[in-house]
Amino acid sequence: MPALPPRFSDWFASRGWSLHPHQQDMLDRADAASLLLIAPTGGGKTLAGFLPTLTELAQGGHTGLHTLYVSPLKALAADIKRNLRAPVNEMDLPIRIEDRTGDTSYTQKRRQRADPPHILLTTPESLALLTSYEDAPRIFAGLQRIVVDEIHALAESKRGDQLMLALSRLQALAPGLRRVGLSATVEDPAGIAFQLASHPNPCEILYADPGPDADISMLVTEELPPWSGGGAAYAIPAVLREVERHKTTLIFHNTRAQAEIFFRNLWLANEGDLPIGIHHGSLDRAQRERVEAAMVAGQLRAIVCTGSLDLGIDWGDVDLVIQVGAPKNVKRLIQRIGRANHRYNAPSKALLVPANRFEIVECVAALQAARDHDLDGDPKGPGPRDVLCQHILIRACAGPFDDTELFREIRTVGAYHTLSRAAFDDCLDFCATGGYALRAYDRWQRLMRTDGLWHLRDPRAAQRIRMNIGTIQDTDTLKVRLKGNFKPLGEVEEAFAATLTPGDTFLIGGEVVRYESLREMSVEVTRRADKQPRIATFMGTKFATSTQLSQRILAMFRQEDWPELPGHTAEWLHLQRKVSKLPEADRILVESFPYDGKCHTVFYGFAGRNAQQTLGLLLTQRMEALGLDPLGFVATDYATMVWGLRPVTDPAPLFQADDLRDGFETWLQGNAVMKRTFRASATIAGLIERNLPQARKSGRQATFSSDILYDTLSKYDPDHLILRVTREEALRGLVDFGRIEEMLARTAGRIDHVSLRRVSPLAAPICLEPGRVPIKGEGRERLVEEAAAKLLETAGLADNGKPGADRRASPLHLWGKGF
Amino acid sequence: MNTLDFPLAGATLTALPSGGLYHASARGLCVSDLHLCKSERIARRTGLMVPPYETRDTLDRLATDIAATDPAVVICLGDSFDDIAASETLDDACRETLMALQAGRDWIWIEGNHDPGPVDLGGTHLAEYRAGGLTYRHIASAETPEISGHYHPKIALPGAGAARACFAFDDARCILPAYGTYTGGLRVTDPALRRLFGPRPHAILTGRRAILAPF
Repeated sequence: MPALPPRFSDWFASRGWSLHPHQQDMLDRADAASLLLIAPTGGGKTLAGFLPTLTELAQGGHTGLHTLYVSPLKALAADIKRNLRAPVNEMDLPIRIEDRTGDTSYTQKRRQRADPPHILLTTPESLALLTSYEDAPRIFAGLQRIVVDEIHALAESKRGDQLMLALSRLQALAPGLRRVGLSATVEDPAGIAFQLASHPNPCEILYADPGPDADISMLVTEELPPWSGGGAAYAIPAVLREVERHKTTLIFHNTRAQAEIFFRNLWLANEGDLPIGIHHGSLDRAQRERVEAAMVAGQLRAIVCTGSLDLGIDWGDVDLVIQVGAPKNVKRLIQRIGRANHRYNAPSKALLVPANRFEIVECVAALQAARDHDLDGDPKGPGPRDVLCQHILIRACAGPFDDTELFREIRTVGAYHTLSRAAFDDCLDFCATGGYALRAYDRWQRLMRTDGLWHLRDPRAAQRIRMNIGTIQDTDTLKVRLKGNFKPLGEVEEAFAATLTPGDTFLIGGEVVRYESLREMSVEVTRRADKQPRIATFMGTKFATSTQLSQRILAMFRQEDWPELPGHTAEWLHLQRKVSKLPEADRILVESFPYDGKCHTVFYGFAGRNAQQTLGLLLTQRMEALGLDPLGFVATDYATMVWGLRPVTDPAPLFQADDLRDGFETWLQGNAVMKRTFRASATIAGLIERNLPQARKSGRQATFSSDILYDTLSKYDPDHLILRVTREEALRGLVDFGRIEEMLARTAGRIDHVSLRRVSPLAAPICLEPGRVPIKGEGRERLVEEAAAKLLETAGLADNGKPGADRRASPLHLWGKGF
Repeated sequence: MNTLDFPLAGATLTALPSGGLYHASARGLCVSDLHLCKSERIARRTGLMVPPYETRDTLDRLATDIAATDPAVVICLGDSFDDIAASETLDDACRETLMALQAGRDWIWIEGNHDPGPVDLGGTHLAEYRAGGLTYRHIASAETPEISGHYHPKIALPGAGAARACFAFDDARCILPAYGTYTGGLRVTDPALRRLFGPRPHAILTGRRAILAPF
C-alpha cells in the first residue's frame, strides 16, 4: 500500500487528522483507468479524489494541465478551489490551481488556454467549450486525471451525457487519462460506473462507510397545516424556533417561488432578527455570492434555498436541514439531509415540513422509506441523440475530423456504447445538411467533406456553435431592476412579466417590489410596495413523486385508521372516506363536482406529475371528441383535474386502454409537451439557437416561435431526426407513458365514479394547483368568442354598428359567410 | 369558411380566418408579409437550417384562399419574400404553384422593406396600389384610407390563451396580419402599433374563425 509522502502525513498529523479508509483506497488505486467512489456527504470525498493528484504533483516536474475537476455547479468549483488551496499552501506544494466557468473573465480564459494551470476546476459546459477550440490538443496534451464530482447529479441529466462525450474526446487527446467519479449514495452505483467507464474497459467501484442513519422526523406544529398550497406559512413560528435552537439551518424548498414566499414570511415573523439569507437560481449572481460568503463566514443562522444548494458545497457547520414541502423522491431527500453535519460518523439531523395536508401523508411515507433505505430511481435510457449532434458540431469547431474515428470515440461512452453506425450517420447528416427529406440547403451546408475529412463550411459558424454549447434549458427570463439602478435584483420569467400591469407587486429576493415598466428587456420596479404581493413564478424543475412513494401512499390509504398521522390529517382522510372514497391501488377513483361555474372531474391515478399531465392531455382529447367541451386541466402527482362546459357522467369509456393508446399516437403529434420538448431538443441539437438577449431585443415581430417550426416539420417531414428524438424524449421524461401503462395494468378497467355536489376533501388542494393547461378546442373557441363579445359589450358595441360607420352599409355582427 | 365582414371608408371588406382580406365588390384578395423563402435567408445569414417547408405551406394556404374566393386580382402587400436574394432560390415546384395561382388574374407585388425591388416571378411590381377608393401599401402612412401590413399585429384576449395573429383596423386604416408561415407578431397594444389608430380600434383574430374584438 503506497504510504502517504511524509510532507502529507505531517500535514495530516499537524491537523490531528488521519486518512479515512476510502481515501487510502483511492490512493492505492490511483492507477486505475476508471474509478467510482460512493461516499456519504461529509466523508472527505473531494479530498479522496484529489489526493492522488496532489501527491503526484508534489514531486514537481509536471508541466501543463495535470487534473481536470468537473462539478455541476460553478459555485462548487470556486468552493473547491478555496478548500484545495489550504493544503497546497500549507504544504508549500508547487501546484497552480485555477477555476474556469461561465463567470471567468475573457482575459483569464485566454491566458488559461495559453498556459493551463496544473489543476483546472470547471463545469461540463465550460469543458465542452474548451474541447471546441482548435488548440484543444495542446491544452490537454499532458492531462493525467479527471475528477467528476457529484457525478450522481450529472448522471441523471443530459449534462452528464455531454460530459462523458467530452471525456471520450479528452481520452483521444490524452490516452493515459484516468477517470475518477465521486458520488453520493445512490440506488444504482453500477449504472453510474457504466457511464463513467471508457468502454470496453470497466470502472471499479469503491464504497466508503455510509455512516450512521440520519435522524429524520416530521416537524410537529400546534398550527394546522392548510388544506392546500405550498407556502407552509403555518410552520413559520416552529421553524424559527428550530433555527434559534441550532447553529446553522438549511431550509430547502422545491420551487423558487415557494422559497421566496417562505423567506418573506420568515422575516415578517423574525422578531429576534436572526440573520437569515435566501439563495436560489433566479437571484442575481452578486446577491447569491454575498449569501454564500456570509454562510462560509458563519454569519448566517439559516438559508432559505432550493436545489441550487443541493450539491456538496461545504457550507460550514450546518447542523439542521429542514425540507419544506413533500420531498417527492426519497433519494433526493437523503442527499439533502446529507448536507447537515459534516462531521463524519455523526448522524445528520433533518425535519420535514409538509406544506399541506396531503403532503403530510407523503412526508410520512417518505420517512418510512428513508428508514427502510428504500431508494428510488429509474434506469437511464440510451444516450440522447440531440446531445450527440451538439457533440459533433463541437468536434467540427475544433478542426477537420474523420467520421469513423469520431464514431469509434463516441462508442467508448457508456450511454452511446450501443449506438449504431446508421444512427450516428443520421446525426452527422443532420449536422451537415439539416437532414431534411427536401434537400434545400446544398449551398448552406453546415459541415462539408473535403479529402475524406469533415469540416465547417464556414469557419465563422464556430462562434455561433460555441455560444450555444450546453444542454441546460433556459427559460425566457427578464432581469428585474430597481428604477434608475443598473444592478439587477434577479430574474422573472417573461411569461410572468407579461401578466404584470403597472402597480402590481411581486416578491423577489425576499422583498416586495412594485412593477413600473418594461424597459430595454428588463422589468423596472420600485420599492413602493403598497399592495399584497403577487407571486413571482419561476420555471422550477418539478419532480414527479416516484413510483415507490406513490405505492407507499396508496398502501397507507388502505389502513382503517392512521395513528402515525397527525389527528387533523387522519380526520381529513376519514372525511374523504365518508363523503367520497379513498383512492385504491387497483382501482381508479373519479370524482365529479361543480366548482367555479364549471364542471370539474378529478381522476386519481397516482402515476406521478408527468404521467398525470399526459393523462390530462389524453383524457381531454377524448372528452373533446365526446363533445364534453373540456377547457383545461391541471395535474398533480396523484391526480388530474379537468374542467369543462359539460359534466362527465360516465368516465369508463375514457379509460379504454386501446383507445388511450391509439389516441396517444395521434395526440403525441400536436400537444404542448411535445412542443416544449421539441424546443429543448432542437436547441441542443443546433437546429435553433438559444433565445439570446441581443436577438430578442431587435424587432420582436421578426422572431417566430419554435412551435411553428414543430408544426411545419410534423406536417412535411414527420420522420425527421429531431422529431424522432423529441418523441423518445417525451416518452421517457415529460410524457411518461410508461407510468400510465402501469396504472392501466394495476387498475384493469376498475373505475369508481363519485358525483358530488361540491369539491371533495382530497380534491380541494388540486383546485388551487398552479400550472393549468388550456385546451385549444371547441370549448376554448367558444370562450374566445365570449371574451370578445364581452369586450364589445363593455365598449357598448354589442349590437350597434361600428363607431362612425353607417350601420346599413356596414353590418357589424358576427356572421359566417360561406364562399 | 368562418369569415367576418367589416367596413372601411365605405367599402365592405371580408377578413378570412387565414389572415387574407377579401374585397368582394372589387374581387380583390389581399395578403401581407408572406416572407417566402425565409428559411433560405436564415441559413444564408446564420448557418441555421430550419425546416425548409414554410414556402410550400404558405403557398398552399394561399391556394386554398384563392380557390375559395376566385379573385380577379391578388395583392401581395409587401415582404412577400424574406429578401430579394431569397426570391431567386424559390424551388421549381413552388415556382410552378405560384404561376398556376397567377394564371387568369392580375397579380400585384407591393414592395416591402424586405423586398424593395422587382422579383422575377410574373405579376406587376408596385410601390402602392389603388382600387375601390382604398390604397394598398406595405407600411401605414398618414394618407388614409389605406390597407397595409408590415407590423404583423397579434392580440391576446383576457382569459383566452396565447396571442393570435390579427387584423387591426379603425375607420381609416386596416393593418393585415402576417400571412407567412414563419412569422411572429407584434401585440396591437405595443405603442408602435397602437399609435397608428384612433380612439376605438378593433382587431379580428385569425384561427379557426375570424373573431372580432376591440383593443
